[in-house]
Amino acid sequence: MKDFLFVFRAEPNSLANASPDEMQAMTKRWMDWIGGIAAQNKLANRGNRLFPSGKVVKPGNIITDGPYSEIKESIGGYSIVKADSLEEAAELAKGCPGLSVGGTVEVREINEM
Amino acid sequence: MIRYRKKPDAFVLLQRHPFMKQAELIPHLFRTEYSKIVSVLYKLFGIEHIEIAEDIVSDTFLLAYELWGLKGLPENPTAWLYTVAKNKTKDYLKHDSVFTEKISKEIKYSSPVFKEIEIDLSPKNINDSQLAMMFTVCHPCNPAEVQIGLALNLLCGFGASEIATAFLTNKEVIYKRLQRGKEKLRTEKIKIEEPVLSEINERLPAVLITLYLLFNEGYYSSNEDVSLRKDLCLEAMRLTYLLIENDYTNKPEVNALLSLMCFHSSRFEARTDEDGTSILYEDQDTNLWDKELIEKGEFFLNRASVGDTLSKYHLEAAIAYWHTHKEDTTQKWENILQLYNQLLQIEYSPIAALNRTFALAKANGKKEAIAEAEKLNLTDNHLYYTLLGNLYTDVDNEKALRHYEKALSLTHSNSDKAVIGRSMKQVIMSLEFSGQS
Repeated sequence: MKDFLFVFRAEPNSLANASPDEMQAMTKRWMDWIGGIAAQNKLANRGNRLFPSGKVVKPGNIITDGPYSEIKESIGGYSIVKADSLEEAAELAKGCPGLSVGGTVEVREINEM
Repeated sequence: MIRYRKKPDAFVLLQRHPFMKQAELIPHLFRTEYSKIVSVLYKLFGIEHIEIAEDIVSDTFLLAYELWGLKGLPENPTAWLYTVAKNKTKDYLKHDSVFTEKISKEIKYSSPVFKEIEIDLSPKNINDSQLAMMFTVCHPCNPAEVQIGLALNLLCGFGASEIATAFLTNKEVIYKRLQRGKEKLRTEKIKIEEPVLSEINERLPAVLITLYLLFNEGYYSSNEDVSLRKDLCLEAMRLTYLLIENDYTNKPEVNALLSLMCFHSSRFEARTDEDGTSILYEDQDTNLWDKELIEKGEFFLNRASVGDTLSKYHLEAAIAYWHTHKEDTTQKWENILQLYNQLLQIEYSPIAALNRTFALAKANGKKEAIAEAEKLNLTDNHLYYTLLGNLYTDVDNEKALRHYEKALSLTHSNSDKAVIGRSMKQVIMSLEFSGQS
């Protein structure tokens, strides 16, 4: 088994107008999805969510604030899964609840140093 | 000169003797006092000479058995046992010249004149000694199965044959396993001493795993000797409680573990019928659930809920807590599902994966659970096919039946076969019913 990184992207404000009930339902769907991957013994590291705000450091001591108007989707979190192939890892990503609200999952094999 | 060459199994004979079984107090007294006295002596003699400690205590109990059988119980049986054990220890130290020359220097209580040795059987020293022994037998230099064997043998006074019965194997296997384990403790020079505060965090997890496995051995084993299985569970609980009684080891995860054990054992009477066949949780008579143990479980779960540790014992205890509510509410199964989701993230196990999928069916419906179950890939596990059989029941009964048949072919346990058989019968009945209509 190899390790693959899931990078979750979504529009920064996709859940801004969600009611508490909707938020709770979304959390449950995430928990159930991650739990399902763990139940297949394919979760290497649950990872974390990321706060929306951040800074970007560019050459020449330029530091800008995020979120970044030029990028439509910002990184909301990441997880690491175990799979035999990139295809299998991508298959696991299909159930991600973020997809239903316009988000994406980028799947990348980890190249261990 | 007294030669102490009796096997510690003498203790088992004592417990099994009809006379001892008549009075309920006696087996209990023997078990707890054996463990207390022997721990103090183990600590006194050190890991090099645990047989001497065992021989002295076995001899004490043999004498008690002979005398009490003839003359009846002394006024204070515990005090009697302590006095005899102390005297026998002193005799041994006085008479055994080899011991005097070679070993006396190592004795922690060493004083130049043996007459003055005080064998300290105070509650505090008993507690400290048992705790020290627990950390010694649960030393990770031995594999888990050896640790469990050593715990039963050295801490709980089980003989090799009794452990063999519990583990469904033969006495020679266990005897060799115990010898190997003791030898390893000796060669690694593991001292019988309480770990210093800084070591506790590092070594406590290994102790908890052993106690957890010891409990499971009693609770989940397919052994048909129910009283023996209960004994294993009780011993695991007693040792866990010992950790709670000590301020240094009274940690949230220890309370969580004991809570888990209380909740599980509350169902002990309800989970098998008179023939020893398992009764599924759904079919259990809640009147047979032990309310007192459930309350204790809640007490220790509350005590576990301090600080920011969330161990697998916390999650398993919380799952067991929800199982003490028989009613099928959405809240119950949703909570159980989320707890399993978390548990699997901490530590994967096939049984947690299967139970999680069962909870998923209850919380989110069978359709989703079937899709998730198909991904589990536990095709060598009869419980996997039992789960699929359960999920397909009333959804596709033909498929349900095929899964149950596959489950049957994968298990050798009669108890499991009986449970699967009963479920199959129900499916067959609904198939026949639908065929007629």
